[in-house]
Parts: sequence; C-alpha cells; structure tokens
Amino acid sequence: MTRLDPRLAGLLVALAALLVLNVAITPNFLNMQTLAVNASQVATIAIVAVGMTLVIASGGIDLSVGSVMAVAGALAPMIFLSGWAVANPGLGLVASIVLPLLAAAACGLFNGVLIAHLGVQPIIATLIFFISGRGIAQVLTNGQLQTFTNPDFTWLGTGRILGLPVQGWIALAVTVVIALVVRRTIYGRYLLSVGGNERASVLAGAPVARVKIATYVIAATLAGLAGLIVVAQNSASDAARIGQLMELDAIAAAVVGGAALSGGRAPILGTLLGAIFIQLMGYTLIANGISDEMTLIVTAAIIAVAVWLQRGRRV
Amino acid sequence: MPGVLRQGHLSVWVALAVLILFGVLRYDNFASAYNLSSFLGYNSMFVVISVGMCLVIMTGGIDLSVGTVAALASVVAAMLSPQGLIVALPGGVAAGLLAGALNAGMIAGLRLPPFMATLATMLAAKGAALSLSDNRTVPVDWASDFTALGMNKVANLLPWTILVALVVVVFAWVVVQRTSLGRTVLAIGGNAEAAHLMGLKTRRAEVFVYLFSGACAGLAGVFLASGYGAGQPLEGAGWELAAIAAVVVGGTLLTGGMGSVPATVAGALLFGLVFNLLNFENGRGTFSLSADWQSVIRGLFLLIVILLQARLGRPALKS
Amino acid sequence: MTEPLLQMTGITKAFGGVPALAEGNLSILAGEVHSVVGQNGAGKSTLIKILTGVYRRDGGTVRWQGREVDLRSPREAQAAGIATIYQELTLVPQRTVIENIVLGYEPKTRFGMIDWKAAEARTRAVLDRFGIDIDPHRPLGSFPTAIQQLVAIGRAASMEAKLLIMDEPTSSLDEREVGVLFGVIRALKAQGTSVLYISHFLDEIFDVCDGVTTLRDGRTVGSARVAELTKLDLIALMLGRSAEDIRRAGMTELAGSARAAGGETVLAAEGLTTGRRLRHLDLTLRAGEIVGLAGLLGSGRTEAARALFGMDRPTGGALRMGGKAVSLSNPRAAIAAGLAFLTEDRKTEGIIPDLSVRENLTLALLPRLSRMGVVDEARERRIVEGFIKAIGIKAAHMDQPIRELSGGNQQKVLLGRWLAIEPKLLILDEPTRGVDVGAKREIQAIIRQRVEQGCAVLLISSEFEELIEGAHDIVVMQDGRTTTRLSNPGVTEDQLIHAMAAGGAA
Repeated sequence: MTRLDPRLAGLLVALAALLVLNVAITPNFLNMQTLAVNASQVATIAIVAVGMTLVIASGGIDLSVGSVMAVAGALAPMIFLSGWAVANPGLGLVASIVLPLLAAAACGLFNGVLIAHLGVQPIIATLIFFISGRGIAQVLTNGQLQTFTNPDFTWLGTGRILGLPVQGWIALAVTVVIALVVRRTIYGRYLLSVGGNERASVLAGAPVARVKIATYVIAATLAGLAGLIVVAQNSASDAARIGQLMELDAIAAAVVGGAALSGGRAPILGTLLGAIFIQLMGYTLIANGISDEMTLIVTAAIIAVAVWLQRGRRV
Repeated sequence: MPGVLRQGHLSVWVALAVLILFGVLRYDNFASAYNLSSFLGYNSMFVVISVGMCLVIMTGGIDLSVGTVAALASVVAAMLSPQGLIVALPGGVAAGLLAGALNAGMIAGLRLPPFMATLATMLAAKGAALSLSDNRTVPVDWASDFTALGMNKVANLLPWTILVALVVVVFAWVVVQRTSLGRTVLAIGGNAEAAHLMGLKTRRAEVFVYLFSGACAGLAGVFLASGYGAGQPLEGAGWELAAIAAVVVGGTLLTGGMGSVPATVAGALLFGLVFNLLNFENGRGTFSLSADWQSVIRGLFLLIVILLQARLGRPALKS
Repeated sequence: MTEPLLQMTGITKAFGGVPALAEGNLSILAGEVHSVVGQNGAGKSTLIKILTGVYRRDGGTVRWQGREVDLRSPREAQAAGIATIYQELTLVPQRTVIENIVLGYEPKTRFGMIDWKAAEARTRAVLDRFGIDIDPHRPLGSFPTAIQQLVAIGRAASMEAKLLIMDEPTSSLDEREVGVLFGVIRALKAQGTSVLYISHFLDEIFDVCDGVTTLRDGRTVGSARVAELTKLDLIALMLGRSAEDIRRAGMTELAGSARAAGGETVLAAEGLTTGRRLRHLDLTLRAGEIVGLAGLLGSGRTEAARALFGMDRPTGGALRMGGKAVSLSNPRAAIAAGLAFLTEDRKTEGIIPDLSVRENLTLALLPRLSRMGVVDEARERRIVEGFIKAIGIKAAHMDQPIRELSGGNQQKVLLGRWLAIEPKLLILDEPTRGVDVGAKREIQAIIRQRVEQGCAVLLISSEFEELIEGAHDIVVMQDGRTTTRLSNPGVTEDQLIHAMAAGGAA
C-alpha cells in the first residue's frame, strides 16, 4: 500500500484496543484454542464478505449469498454420497467441491446477467435467489438433513494447519488473492471505475457488463466455497439453515471495513479486519457473560458508528 | 390526479384479477367465506408493512427493519395484553414508532444511508425482542379482549385486521395524493437535492416516512400477536424482503420518485395469493408440491414480474 | 438614488481553510438585470450560494430591502423573495410538470388538501407565458432538456419573487428559446423584478443586462454599467490583464495552426443517420486538420459525435476508415479503431471522482498497459508523469483523487486520458466549456500541438472565436443535417451566423 487509508488505520486501532481489553479482562484469552475458535467462526463470514465487497464496490449489493451457500452446501454431500463417488473416492471428492462451486458460479452468472444486461436493480435481482435459492436447495435434499462421515471432505472445516483451522487459512488466502486482483489487475481497475462512474467508464471503453457479471460470479463462487466449509464443519447439510442471515453479516463486515454502498471503493483488507472486529466484539461480550441479545444490539451500534464515520464523503 | 388504474400499474391489477378468476374456476372452496377471511386475515399484516415500505421507497430509501420490528411489537403487545386491547394495541404501535424514530434519527438526522441504518435497527430490534421475551414466545392473555382484533370477524367474513389495514391504506393514499407532505415524499425520491433547493421540507418528510413505516410494522406485530395468540420474537425474518417484493410487483421503482399505494396493496395480495393457490393445488392432490417449492415458485414469480418491468418500464423516462 | 434591493458587502467564505471568497461585494438595484462574471474559481457560485442560503458566510453583511438579513436555507431565501434557477436542472424528472411548478407552494382546498384543479390552472398560465404547448400531466423527464429548463424558469418566475437568480439559464436552449427567455426577463424587469443573470456567454450579458460585477480570485474587482463597457474590457477585467495585451495575442490559442498539406483521410461519414436528431451527416476528417462543427443547440452536433463514437447505432449511411466501411458498435470498438471522444459533460461522463489522477488518466489506455490482465504499474507511472509535465496538470501528486482538482485541471486529465491512447481522431465536444480562461488557452495549445503532429480533430463548439480562429474547415449543421462547409482562412463571424441561421431556406 502506498498510503495507509486513515479509516483502515482507525479500524486497526479499534481492533488493537479490543485485543488489549480482552487480554486484561477475558479469562484464558491468550491461548491457541481461543484463536482457533474465533478463526473458524469468522472464516466463512470473511470469505463471503470479500465477495460482497467487490459487489458493493461495483455499486451493487448481493442478497443471495446465503441462499447460494445453501445450494452449494446441499449439493456437495449429494455428490460424494452418490454411488459413483463412493466407487471413485478421489474423483468424487474433487467433483463434490468443483461442481457445487460451478453451481454457485452459475447463480452468480444469473444475477450478473439480470443486472448487467437487463438493467434490474441489484437488490431486486438478487432478491430472486434470496427467496428461491434456499427453496431449490431444500427441494434438492427433500428438505432432509443430510449427515455423513467423510474425513477427507470434513477436513475443509475441521482440519488444522500450524494449529490454525483450515478455513482460517482459506479466508486469509482469499483475502490476499482478491486484494491483489483489485490492486493489480485491469479487472480491479475497471471494477472501481464502473462503481465510481458507470457512464464515464462506458465512454472510456470499459467492458461494464462483463465487469459486473464477473463480480457477481466471484461473489457467488466465494459464497459457494463458504457453504462447503459450513457443511464440512458440521458433517451435516441442513439446507434450511446454511448461510442464514449471511448477507447481513457480510454487508456489515464490508461496511465496517470501509466499503461505501455508493460504490467505487473496495477495501478488501478492511473487510477482513471488519469481519474480525465484529467477531471479536461478539466473542468479548459472550465470554464475559453478556447475553446473545445484547451482542445483536452492540453489533447494530458498531454498524451505525462505522457508517457514521464514513458519512460526509458522498451521500 | 385520479388513477388507481393508471397505466403501468394496470398490469398488477390484471394479474390479480386473472389469478382470482383462475382460483374461483379451478377450486371449489376458493371463493368460500372461510378461505377469504383467513386469506385476508393473514395478509393484512403484509398489506400494512408493504404500505409503510412503499412510502419509504418512494423517497428512494429502504426499511430493512420492518420484520424484526414487527416481531418486537408482537412481544410488547403480548406482554401488555392483560391490560386489554386499549393498551396493547397502542403499546405495540409505540414500539414500532420507537424503532421508526431510531431510523429517522439516523437517516434524516445523521444522514446515514437508509440501507445501513435500517440494517442496524433490524439487528437492534431483534436483540430487544429476544431480551424482552427471554428468548421464548410470549403467550397472550386469552381472558382479555386482546385477541378480538386478530380473531373476530365482521359478518363472519371480514377480519377486523383487514379493516384496520384498509384505514392505514386510505390514510397513506390520501397523504401521497393530496398533501404537500406526500408530494415532498415523491420529490425527495425523484431528486433529493432539487427538493431541498426548491425549498421543500425534506427532513420532515423523511422523518415521517420512517415513523410511518415503523408504526406500520408495529401494527403488523400487534396483528400477529392478536391473531396467533403469542408474541413471537423470532417471527418476521424475511418480511422486509416480502414487503419490498410487494412494492416492486406493484410497479414502484426502487430508485424512488414514483409509486402507487393501491398498486402496492395489490402487489402484497398477489404475493399472498400465489401461496394460497399453491395450497389449493396441493389440496386437490393431482400432484403435490412440498412446502419447499413455494419459495422457489415465489422467486420465479418475482423473476417474471421483473422481466416484464425491465421490458415495459425502461423506455418510460428519458435520462 | 434609493438604497439598492440587495447589498452584499465584504463577504468571506472558506472551505476547509481554503478561501473561496476573500471580499465579495454585490449590489443590485430594484428592477435591474445584473450579471456577475469571473473565471471558474473566482468565487461566483460561492457568492450566489451564500445569497440563496445554500452556504453560510464566514463574514460580511447582506442587506436585503434595506435591512440586514441572514438567510440560512433555500427555503428562507425563497420566503424573503429570492428565487433561484440553478445551472444543473434542479427539478424532479419523475414527477409531472404540474407538480414541478407548484411543489412547495401547492394551492390548498379548505381541508388542507392539494387543489389539483387550481394547480393545473396555475401551471397552464405559466406555460402560456412561455408559449409552451405541452401536456402538463406528463412526467417532466419525458420532455427535452430545453422544455425542462423553461419549466424551471417558469416555476421561479411564478413565485413572484423580488429577485430572480438565473445561473447559466441558456446552456440548453436554442436561439428561439433564448429569445423567449429574454422577453420574459424584460417583462419581469418592467414589473420591477430584479434579475441576477449569470452566463459564460458574454454576448448574452451585453444583450440583456444593465449592470455587471466582476470577480477575480475571490474578490470583487469591478462593478459597472454594461453600456459603458466593451467585451474586451470585460475580459481584461476578468483576467486582470490590459485589453491591449489580449487584442494583440488573439482571443484563442488555436489560432495560427499551420495546415498540413493534403493529410490523408482518417474517417469519413457519408449520409450517416441515427434517427430523428441526426438525419444526414457528411463529414471528412483528415490527419493534421481541425474540422469545426457548428450549429445551434439541437442541430445534431452532439449526436454526430455520438454516432461517430459508436454510442448510437446508425440506421443509415456509411462510415469509412482508410477507405473501408467500418461499423463501430460501441465506444470500446471506436477506441480500438483509434477514436477518442472528450465529452461535454465532465462530471457525469468524464471523471471517476474517487480514483486518482493516475487511474483516471490511464483508464482508456488500460488494455495496452496490461499483460495477462495485470496492469504494468511502473510503466503507467512513467506515462502519467510525462503527461502531468507535458500538459501542465496541477495536482499535489498523481495519486490524488481527481475530485479534489479544479475543473480546468480535471479537464486536462481527461484530455490526457485521450491523448494517451494516441488517437488518429480526437473528437472534442465543447472542450473548454466551464473551464477558466487560463486553462482554456492551455488546453487549446495542447490541441494545436497534437494536430501539428498529425492527429485529426473534430471540434464541436458554441464559441465562434474558437471555431473561426481554430478550425481549418467549419461544417455547419441544421436540423440533424450537415449543410455547409466553410473554409478558413477568411471565415467571418457573420458568415458563420448566417450559415447556422439560414434555416428555412435549406
């Protein structure tokens, strides 16, 4: 980074303060277990939120991420529990990861085409999958809970590398890769320009429709990945519950991280920090005996404050 | 400016008429008093919140908090139900107004984007509902007159709730059509800066729509508690999106500046009707669609409406 | 004489520590049409926004009708009798014409409800006064910009204000409509209403104004009767130079670009048609040549540029490059073919406000700056560095967000965006509009330099000087058709006006 965004710096300070507070008041805060618990809880939110940040940067919003998680999460066990996959465990495992991701990408393609080619407002276009995506997942699974034991697959959600949960590493990798994409690639540049001023971008030769579609495809694919992780974590797939309210968590993380709903900014690193901040705040409250309900209210206040801090830039 | 049936809103009325006709012709008990009254009773909640949402959307805003605010109001009303309807009804509405005031303060006062401000209120209201109810459903006092609102019917046909909802609808319609406040609401959505420079009282109008939407959500919560005998802190998930969908189906653009209260009501009823017809279709037993299909079909329905709007609606305005 | 209607004295205003107004004085008499002139950044719009209650002043006094006042919002200013028509259309396009006329001042019935019948009657009276015959029940946005502009003026005029402020009211009006507007202004004046008339078109000021106040660098540097001034005096006052200097230098920097002999044809349009607004475009653009495109508003000038740049799909005619027929289906294709288009509207069609000077400048160049989708930032920085020096962009550094730059510097960055792709043809739509006089000359010099290096330029301009001194040939358009081609040297302003107005004869 050539210049450290003051908002990112503020978030870092807040995060550091929260850490210091926890070291002081929360019993057993400084151990590997605490880190692992928090990392595994925040990972899926962070992964989805990174995709959401791209969508928000394009000037859009994606309400369908939770439903897309459910679709991917419902598909994976269906694939590796099928007769074919049992006969070919290696290929089956690969298929049970790749195919759900492709299905998720297809959902993103659908959103993107509605938005980029038919001019449907993002909130409405993604509302369709928000409403029906989970239904599709439930129809696929007949509304049944699918439980399974497949250690290779569940490694995604329960494995450890260097003491940290696998999904934590995945979230980190996703953040770094997407941050580089935004900063270094022509897609990233076009994304910010389309979100900043769409008309001017068209006139400067930016392939606006392609950029938008790619953005929704990336967001949906990341949501699909998060869906797989949730299923792996639970060794069970419950289409009715996977990714519920995820769209709100992801939007909250992105906004706390410094994304502006008006588009044109994609602070990917901020999004990761935003997700961690919300997670850690919740953990702090619960570990110190404050109820779940209060956590919701505090989260609400954090969001309001974060948005208030950005106000005045542009309405 | 007359025009319940103004061009552009016409399609939603036609669709409503066609679906009703279809239902009447295909299913024996569709036109029965029982079906009509239970349909109206259930959907009066959605009509009310959709009308509140409609005014918010006319200003170019959005209110994501209506679902959890309704849940909060249902808890408050259920807790007050021993004092009777005369206390519980205003109490529930007051809870909604309070949430609306929070939204209005953040949006009109602190100038936060409506999407984020109401998202925060959504979470806060859920937290408040859960902590008031201790995370359980709150049974109403059956001995008081509280449940009369949700369960009694006029002439054994029209639930009281739909009549109250009708009053809200007429109020909103008159405000939009015939008052400066209503025209200011539309002007803000059309061009907020222009409205300010034209010397309109824009803050007042913004405060009004969020208070109104909050009150509507509160009222829907009272309907919920009264009609189903309990305050339900976890109900209301997704209601905001159902309300948005109803507004969109009613032909109101999310960018604001346009819209119709009656068409929004039609949109809300249309959405409810799709559900109702599916239940009848399942009841006939020729083929059975599980409950899971209902949301798929609702989504499909929304898709069709959006595609139609994308085709018909776009050339309406030159940029 | 009695005390003026409005007397603003020693007004100061700073934004974030940067002074926008150091000493603003303005005095307007009752029943006078007055103008405020100055370069961009001179403090004109700040002074007016203080008067209309949009900004609060830091210091100074405002006397209105003989009393000291403090107008804190547009509503208070309107209540005091100051009505404003802003440069950007500040009406509500989705709402009907009636609503746009009466919003905020709706006639009421006894029960406090809006009386739509009375509202319609009032609207019709306003429209009649301007000779506009339209259905007032239709959304305002469904009418052409000129009508919308007249409705905005009608709304303000119907408020029976004592002072009517018009900020660039003619920017989207054609000659006839300007005539109607001037008629209304004179009628208002006869009724004793004062008008504050702001325009970049100095000719209009000499047409319609009585007094003029000049601002430079945030200070009022002069106030005079228009009858006592020449146009050159006024320009000299705005620039802070002597009239003699300017006369010697010529009015624009485009003057005197040598014509490259027989440059090859870059692009030719033969009978190009895209619809009602562009019916027949014949145009040949050669390397090293500036072709000016003249015409009244609505004559199809901008539509011609849009058609050449692939923004509107042709319905007839042909486009040839290097002798071969081509079809440019979108701006992306046009850019790939070597075209560049600097649009008229910098804010909505030009800058990406949050992106840096660097990112804005290389936006069109990106495909050539990247390999496998990755942008070569080192090369990008070298290129931007070069342009900042070559065209004199004043920015703190190349990573500064473009929104923080002045209008003239933003325009230079956008010009740099197009020069960077080394276009064969550069289409410029009002390249110096809304840019202060200093930057204007610099921009003109850059264009001239490019032409000398062999670039073809299509210059759309409303300024006769810019066309007559700058263009080798001037093509005149009327009603969506190209009608006349005038060749320099030797074109006079009279000739040009004649060709543009020849109207019915053709």
